[in-house]
Amino acid sequence: MIGGLRRALPPFRFDRQGRRLWKDLAMSVAALLCVVIALVPLGSILVEAGARGLAAIRPSLFLLDTRDGGIGNAIQGTLILVALASGIALPVGILTGIYLSEFGKSRVGDAVRFFVDIMTQIPSIVVGIFAYSVISTIMIPFVARTSEEALRLVPVSTREAALALGIPRHRAILRVVLPSGGSGLLTGALLGVARVAGETAPLLVTAFGSLYGFAGLNQPVESLPHTIYTFALSPSSAENQAAWGASLILVLMMLLISISSRVIVHLRSVRE
Amino acid sequence: MAAKIEIKGLSAWYGSKKAILDITMDFAEHDVTAIIGPSGCGKSTLIRCLNRMHETIPKARAEGSVRLDGEDIYELPAVSVRRRIGMVFQKANPFPTMSIYDNVAAGLRLNGERNRDTLDAAVLKSLQSAALWDEVKDSLDKSGASLSGGQQQRLCIARALAVEPEVLLMDEPCSALDPIATAKIEDLIFDLKRQYTVVIVTHNMQQAARVADKTAFLYLGKLIEFNATRDLFERPGQELTEKYITGRFG
Repeated sequence: MIGGLRRALPPFRFDRQGRRLWKDLAMSVAALLCVVIALVPLGSILVEAGARGLAAIRPSLFLLDTRDGGIGNAIQGTLILVALASGIALPVGILTGIYLSEFGKSRVGDAVRFFVDIMTQIPSIVVGIFAYSVISTIMIPFVARTSEEALRLVPVSTREAALALGIPRHRAILRVVLPSGGSGLLTGALLGVARVAGETAPLLVTAFGSLYGFAGLNQPVESLPHTIYTFALSPSSAENQAAWGASLILVLMMLLISISSRVIVHLRSVRE
Repeated sequence: MAAKIEIKGLSAWYGSKKAILDITMDFAEHDVTAIIGPSGCGKSTLIRCLNRMHETIPKARAEGSVRLDGEDIYELPAVSVRRRIGMVFQKANPFPTMSIYDNVAAGLRLNGERNRDTLDAAVLKSLQSAALWDEVKDSLDKSGASLSGGQQQRLCIARALAVEPEVLLMDEPCSALDPIATAKIEDLIFDLKRQYTVVIVTHNMQQAARVADKTAFLYLGKLIEFNATRDLFERPGQELTEKYITGRFG
């Protein structure tokens, strides 16, 4: 044991070489420690939601509406909200990102970038006061910025190669630059989707939450975060338990979207 | 021989910085012309003005005239100029998301060609011209990025040839390659000149001496000397040229 430790540690010399080895060891340990500190809360949330949520999962949880202690209408509502928000925000956001990355080296580009940055920093509750389409308003600037960053990572040499073949610029962007930034674009889009799926504050003032299923876009709609919020504060312990179930479902939904889109990208890419 | 490209009074800037200054020279058809000179002398800028790639850099501009078969390229659409004057870059830059086949077919496909037989024929012909066919014929659906550095550069040459240009510009195509891969590309250039007019920028004077019919020496943005390669290296007409090729510079 002591012998093993001895061999793992640098020699007890404090000349330049010895100091360097000890410093290296100290930094490696510090880095590892930081990783652990970052992962502990994340892991404990997942374990907690997993364990408590699993206990709440039974068919009735999905079949009943929130009125009867289930989350069927909340899942439906979240799916509708996410689909609606993505339908608006992904095209607008990605197009904005393309503009910023490919044509944004001008004053107009700087102004748009500044505006988008401010939009990402507005607290979501403030955005919530304005409109029902609120969650796409939260998502657009986020997706725009992540798309811009993803496309900027595509090397200039790739763009030049396309232009030098006599390919018109718009087609070079759509057919060469966009696919090259594909996985970055996807990550940004997924983070955007995850963000709106978990967004509660603006929904309190816009979608309000509902005890019933979807009844039209001009009617209040329930969403998982809102269900978790109301169930967690409820005096009924059955509803408290259902809140854990709803949390687990929300996490799993995000995981499913993330994994399936990565699988699709992987299947479509060329083999090495 | 007839001049394929005539350059008259060409100057180019990056913002307020002048990169090349009042250059006048001709490139003969089916010749290989080498452009040599120290780093930053404007070699790359010069050839990038020939297929209008210079203007793709923000704030870059050029003045003077460049004629391709007598037509001023700055009055033609840039896209059609670039299809007639292909380019190979210093660092191999295959499209990372595309297979070998798609890389070579990209120029045609993204210009609207859909006929599979036409594409197949063009890919075969270009890869053969770039001396790469035998090495990749069984793995056309593999990623272009999976090839070795020298193979990637030949893939880029094949990609440039697939759109059937008349002129091929090469910007230090061998600077990142080992001597064996370099020798392959040099052999290739020798074959290519039967069909194309080639302009090659190089840092390597031996390379210029090996492949080029004519050689131009650029220094600080000016054309110092332009002559048959053998004459330029054996009997340089300018003191600067002599100093540069004998390695006594500065």
